[in-house]
Amino acid sequence: MKQARTDQGYTLNPEEKLDVRRVLEDLENYKPRRFGWTWRKQQPGQRLGPFTYSETSEPLKRSIPLPAAKYFQNIDPQPDCVITTEIASGRFEDDLRRMRMAAWHGADHIMVIRTTGQSHIDGLLEGTPEGVGGIPITRKQLRATRKALDLIEDEVGRPINFHSYVSGVAGPEIAVLFAEEGVNGAHQDPQYNVLYRNVNMQRSFVDAAVAKKIMAAFGMLQIDGAHNANATAREAWKVMPELLVQHAINTAYSEMIGMDKDKIALSSVPPTAPPGPALSYDLPYAVCLRWLFSDYKVRAQQNTRHIESDPREATVTHVLNLMVSRLTSADVQSTITPDEGRNVPWHYNNVAAVETAKQALVGMDGLRDMVEIKQDGPIPKKVRELAERAVLFLEEIKEEGYFNAVAKGFFVDSGEYPARNGDGIARDPNGGVPAGSIVKRDEDYMAPVCHHFGYNNLPEGLSKPCDLIDGCTFCNRDKIVYIDELDPEDNVEKRLATVDEQYGPDAVRPEVEWAKDGYITVKAFFPEPEPIAESAALELAERLGLEQAEIIHKRVIHPAEGTLIELKGIVPFVLKRSELKIPEKPKLLSEDEIRQEIAKYPMKVVCGTVGEDEHSVGMREIIDIKHGGIEGFGIKAVYLGTSVPVEKMVDAAIEEDADAILISTIISHADIHRKNMEKLAKLCVEKGVRDRFILVSGGTQVTNELAVEAGMDAGFGRGTKGIHVASFLVEKRRELWAEGKGRKRVADEN
Amino acid sequence: MQRPCDFEERRKHLAELSDEELKERFWELAREIVKPLYDLAYTHTSPSIERSVLLRMGFSSLEAQSIVSSAEKRGLLGKGAGNIVLTFAKARGIDYLQAGKQLASGSGWDEVVSLFGGGASQ
Repeated sequence: MKQARTDQGYTLNPEEKLDVRRVLEDLENYKPRRFGWTWRKQQPGQRLGPFTYSETSEPLKRSIPLPAAKYFQNIDPQPDCVITTEIASGRFEDDLRRMRMAAWHGADHIMVIRTTGQSHIDGLLEGTPEGVGGIPITRKQLRATRKALDLIEDEVGRPINFHSYVSGVAGPEIAVLFAEEGVNGAHQDPQYNVLYRNVNMQRSFVDAAVAKKIMAAFGMLQIDGAHNANATAREAWKVMPELLVQHAINTAYSEMIGMDKDKIALSSVPPTAPPGPALSYDLPYAVCLRWLFSDYKVRAQQNTRHIESDPREATVTHVLNLMVSRLTSADVQSTITPDEGRNVPWHYNNVAAVETAKQALVGMDGLRDMVEIKQDGPIPKKVRELAERAVLFLEEIKEEGYFNAVAKGFFVDSGEYPARNGDGIARDPNGGVPAGSIVKRDEDYMAPVCHHFGYNNLPEGLSKPCDLIDGCTFCNRDKIVYIDELDPEDNVEKRLATVDEQYGPDAVRPEVEWAKDGYITVKAFFPEPEPIAESAALELAERLGLEQAEIIHKRVIHPAEGTLIELKGIVPFVLKRSELKIPEKPKLLSEDEIRQEIAKYPMKVVCGTVGEDEHSVGMREIIDIKHGGIEGFGIKAVYLGTSVPVEKMVDAAIEEDADAILISTIISHADIHRKNMEKLAKLCVEKGVRDRFILVSGGTQVTNELAVEAGMDAGFGRGTKGIHVASFLVEKRRELWAEGKGRKRVADEN
Repeated sequence: MQRPCDFEERRKHLAELSDEELKERFWELAREIVKPLYDLAYTHTSPSIERSVLLRMGFSSLEAQSIVSSAEKRGLLGKGAGNIVLTFAKARGIDYLQAGKQLASGSGWDEVVSLFGGGASQ
C-alpha cells in the first residue's frame, strides 16, 4: 500500500517566487495535514511595541506590516478575527501567488470562487481547465491549492483556511471532494441554489442534507448565502427581515442534520451604504442578527450592492462595515476588493482590501470597551421591530410550507415585510434544473459509506457502515482515485509552457491578474467635459500604444472644468531583466568604523530645510541621536531650522568652518527642490568654497541622480536613515583627502 | 402578491411577548418550517447523492457518473448505487471495485435488473 506523504521537501524562500511546478510534483501522493476549520489564537491584552491591544491574535512569523508601521517599531498586529480574501482569476496557478501575497498581509481565509456555470454541472470536473470569473473546482486544483497553502502557512506562521462552494447540482459530490482534500470551509445554502441558480428546490434541499452531514463530520465551517438577497434586492435595506429568515432556515436545517453550532456561520452584510445614513440601518440590523443568532458565528461580509467603479468609495463603505463589525462582533471578516465594480479583482487589490480590514480593525481595537449602544436610544426599538417582522414572515412561510412560499415569490421581494411589492423571485417547485431528479429511497436502500445522511438499510452488527467494503475513502485515503488531467490542451502545464515560451524567465512585464499579463492603468485628469475626456482618454491610450484599452472608471469633477479618467491597457512590449540598469545598493561602512573615524577626525555639518518649506521631520530624523541620526556617530550638526534661505546655509557653513552642508527640500512643485539644489551649488562656486564643502540634499522627491545632476555630491530620498548619510560623508571626505581637498581636522582641534 | 404594510395590525399577537419569548418563537418557527424538508431529504436520494456514495467507495468521478446514469435509466436509483455495486459483486463473486468497473463500462446491467426484481418504483 502506498504511503501518502505530507512533506515533499519543498519549502518557500521569501526571496524566491513560488514555483508552481514544484507544487504540482507528486500531487497524487499528497495528503492534507489537517481537516476542518481553524480560528486565530486570541491574545487579549497583547503588548506589541509601545501598545497594548485587547482584540488581537498571535502575530505572524513573516508579514508585511501597514505602511505607517515604520513609525511604530514595525509592529504588525493581527486582529482577532479571521480575515477573508476572495480569489477569482480563472487560472489557479496564478491564484496561488495571489494567495501568498494576501497571506503576507494578513489573510487567513482563502475563498476560491468557482467558474461561471459550475453550479449547473451535474457531476465533478477533473484536471485544471481555465475558468471564467473563477476556477473550475476539481480534485487536482484543490489538492495543488491546499498543498501550496501548506507551504504558505509555514512561511507566514499561521494556519490558512481554504474555502469554496458546496452548492449547485453536484453538492454531495463536492462535499466528499472537499472532505477528502482538506478544504476547511464552504458556502452551503440550498436557498441560494433555489433563488439565484434556479436549481430544482426539492433536489437542492435533498442534496444539501447529505452535503451538510459530510461537512459536519469534517469540521468544515459553513457559510450561508443570505447576503445575496441584499445584493439582489432593489432597495436592499428593506430585505432586512428576510435576511434574518433566510439565515434561520439554513441554520435550523443544518443543525437538524447534525452540524455543530460553532461551525455554522451567517454571511451577514450591512444592508446599506452612503449616501444613505448607513449606520442608522446597518447597526440595528447587526445588533438584531447577533441577538437572534447568539449561538452561531458571524461572517461579516462587505456590502457589494453599492460598489461602483470608484475604489475610494468602495473602501469607505468597507471601513463603515468594519466599524459595524467592531461595534458588534465578527468571527470572520470578509473583504471585497475595491476594484470589484470594474473588473475581475486584481491581485494587488486583494491585498488592498485585506490591508483595509487589518488597518481599520486594529485602529478600532477595544472600541466596545469604550462605547456601548444606548439602551434608551433608537436601536433597541428597531431591533425589536426587525425581529417581529422576521417572526411574522416565518409564520406566513410556515402556513404555506416552504416550497409554496418560494413558488408565490415570498423571497427577495423589495417590500419591507409584511409589505409586498410582488417583485420577488418565484420558482416552480417542480421546475428548475434538474427537475424530477430526486427518487424515494426504497426499503432496501443501502449506502455502505460513513457520514451518509438519511435512511440507510444497513445490515445489523456493523461497527461502521464501510465495514461492508473494508473502508470508505474517509477511513482509508488510499481508495481515493486521483485523476490528473482529462483535457490535453486546456490544462496548467500547457498554460505554464505558453507563458515560458512567450516571455521566458528574463522577461519583465507588469501584471494584475495572470502571469505577466502586461496590464497597466493610466489615471488622467482632463480639463474637459465627460464625453470629450472619454474620447481623449482612448486616443491617449492609442498614442501610448496600449492594446485593448478600456476605460475602467470615470468621475466628473465638474461638468465643465474636468473629468478624471482611469483606463487599463496592455503594454505592447517586454522588458528584459538582463538589460535593466539596476542601481547598486550603496555599500555602507559599519557603525563602528564611522564612529572610530569621526572620533579621530571630527566632522561638523550645517543643516536645514531650505526655501519656503516648513517640513522638519525628515531632517530631524537624519540628525537626531534618538532616531539613529548622524549625531549618534559623533558628527556635530548645526541645525538652522526650516525655511532657511540658501545663502544663509552657505554663510553659516563658512562661519562654522563646516565640512558639509545638508539641505532638506520636501516641497517639489514647480521643481523648486531642484532649483534650490542648483542654487546651493552655484552659490558655493561663486563664493569659491565648492571644494571645501560636501553638498548633500534630501527629501521625498529627491534621488541621488537628480541631486548629482543639480550639482550636489549626493541626494537621499525616502527611507534614508542617518547611517546612509554618515557613511557617505565619511567616504566622500576620504575621497577629498585623496585629491588633496577638504579639511582634515584632528580630534583635539575641535 | 402585492400588499401594503400591515405590520401594526399583524404584530398584535406578538406585542405581549418578552424579547426572549419572541426569540424562542423565531427559532421554533424556523425548526417547524425545515422539518418537512428534513423528512423529504431523509427519505429521498438523487444522482449526485449516489455518485457521492460511489466516490466514497473508491470509484472515480467518471465511473460514478456512468454507474449512476445507468441505474437511473433503469429506475434503480432508489436501491442505492453502492447497494447495486455490492449486490452485483456478490452475485458474480468478484471484488466490488472490479464489479463497479464492469458496471461503469456498461456491462452486467441486465443481471442487476433481475437481481433487484426488475427495477423499482420511482
